[in-house]
Amino acid sequence: MTEAFIHLDNVKKVYRTRGKEFLAVSQATFDVEQGELVSLVGPSGCGKTTLLKILAGLHGFDGGVVRIGSGKQPFNPARDIGMVFQQPLLLKWRRIIDNVMLPAEILGLPQAAARARAYELLDLVGLKGHEDKYPYELSGGMQQRASIARALVHDPKLILMDEPFGALDALTREKMNLELLQIWAKAKKTIIFVTHGITEAVFLGTRVVVLTAGPAKMADNFEVDIPMPRTLDVRNTEKFGEYTRRIYRLLGME
Amino acid sequence: MSGSNEQVQRYALAVLSHLILVAAWHFFVVYGKIPKIVMPSPYDTIHALLVPNYRWLENIAATSIEVFGGFLLAAVFGILTALMFSWFRYLEMFAMPLLVSLNMIPKVALGPLMIVWLRYGIWPNTLMAFAICFFPIVLTTARGLREVEPDLLDLVRTLRGSRWQLFVKIQLPGALPYIFSGMKVAAILAVAGAIVGEFLGSERGLGYLMLQVQVTLDTAAMFMAVILITLIGGVLYGIVLGLERYFVVKDARIQ
Ligand SMILES: Nc1ncnc2c1ncn2[C@@H]1O[C@H](COP(=O)(O)OP(=O)(O)OP(=O)(O)O)[C@@H](O)[C@H]1O
Ligand SMILES: [Mg+2]
Repeated sequence: MTEAFIHLDNVKKVYRTRGKEFLAVSQATFDVEQGELVSLVGPSGCGKTTLLKILAGLHGFDGGVVRIGSGKQPFNPARDIGMVFQQPLLLKWRRIIDNVMLPAEILGLPQAAARARAYELLDLVGLKGHEDKYPYELSGGMQQRASIARALVHDPKLILMDEPFGALDALTREKMNLELLQIWAKAKKTIIFVTHGITEAVFLGTRVVVLTAGPAKMADNFEVDIPMPRTLDVRNTEKFGEYTRRIYRLLGME
Repeated sequence: MSGSNEQVQRYALAVLSHLILVAAWHFFVVYGKIPKIVMPSPYDTIHALLVPNYRWLENIAATSIEVFGGFLLAAVFGILTALMFSWFRYLEMFAMPLLVSLNMIPKVALGPLMIVWLRYGIWPNTLMAFAICFFPIVLTTARGLREVEPDLLDLVRTLRGSRWQLFVKIQLPGALPYIFSGMKVAAILAVAGAIVGEFLGSERGLGYLMLQVQVTLDTAAMFMAVILITLIGGVLYGIVLGLERYFVVKDARIQ
């Protein structure tokens, strides 16, 4: 059997503050293949952000194994991670195109090529014609799309998204879900998508990893056997309902 | 109604209110038969400029040098101090509380001391303007440099960005609106500092002139001096505002 692109085995994270220990993640065991879109779902405080930061190399951890990349699938942690947060976090003083360029500047990539790519990406996320605007001239949804383009500009292999649509209204959120699937299909990236929306998790994911809180641990990990491309209609199918019920049950809400 | 049309109206109304004030002043003095010693008319006030003895140009120059010089020194050293604080955390922990304590001193109370140390002249007054301007600039700049979104920090760290890149690309431009808000406050204070210095002891400047004409009860000249002092402050404030417009994106400006 070949090695998975991302491999987590019994990952555990304990926060220590003022002498007290707090278990934020435990028993996290799952593999992610290249090109998958994995939803990480669970209630507030179950350790989703913590796990994402461990994957990003921002946090250490207290037990288990985290491996990204393998002999056949090289991974450079400095260049191969793109991040999207709940807030767009665009720099107010930069035009959209220059915001998208930020990672390329930090990495010192050839500017002309990166710029051409930034324009392409803004087209991909539906912001053609808005390149020279400032963030305040864009709606929240548009700003979040720009931040997705920013996460893609250095052509990373792995995109980590932490509730990227959490701050958007329901309608915009559905639209962004559909667009994310298109972007994912075109850009062919591995995406780990954190959300506390159960419907969103199943709709987007090729795989869903469920975390539960109190005490924090990984509770489930299953493949979503609904073919891509998906339309909003799949949410009404029996199969989709089974998946969401499975998660609700785990979270003790049924 | 278009945007530029509204701009014109705004501008026109502002000019109108100023003109009305001058007109009201004129009619109040003329029809109220107010003695010139109590309140000169606008005409008398402008007329005061013609007295060669008052050496207006020289006095305007002296006060301007104090105001602009003190402000510029405060801007340069204030921003540098805040930068050092942000680069060396222990320096900030050591020196910032001291600055806060020193700022408690009413700067005006230092006037007589400055004269003892530096004698009469432009220097002690420049220093007074500097002393008043320095702290607000340090404080706002330090605060601006501190306000970096933790998630943005993470973004830079995942890309293995250097401390310098973080500073140049995110921290400093993010602090710019704060720096300008501090400089706007300082621009207004600078004039007060310089004039108080001139009141306490000086041989040149508009504040000095005011004391001179107070003796001869030339109220018109005093009025003119106050107007000119205000104009100097206004010009400095306008320059800061113009630079802010140029350097800071509309949305990021601190009102
Ligand atoms: N730096 C920290 N120090 C101490 N405890 C922390 C720290 N960061 C997070 N925690 C705790 O760890 C737990 C998991 O936090 P985390 O942010 O990973 O949750 P989450 O699943 O992302 O929640 P949400 O959906 O609200 O974003 C929480 O109970 C939180 O209080
Ligand atoms: Mg979170």
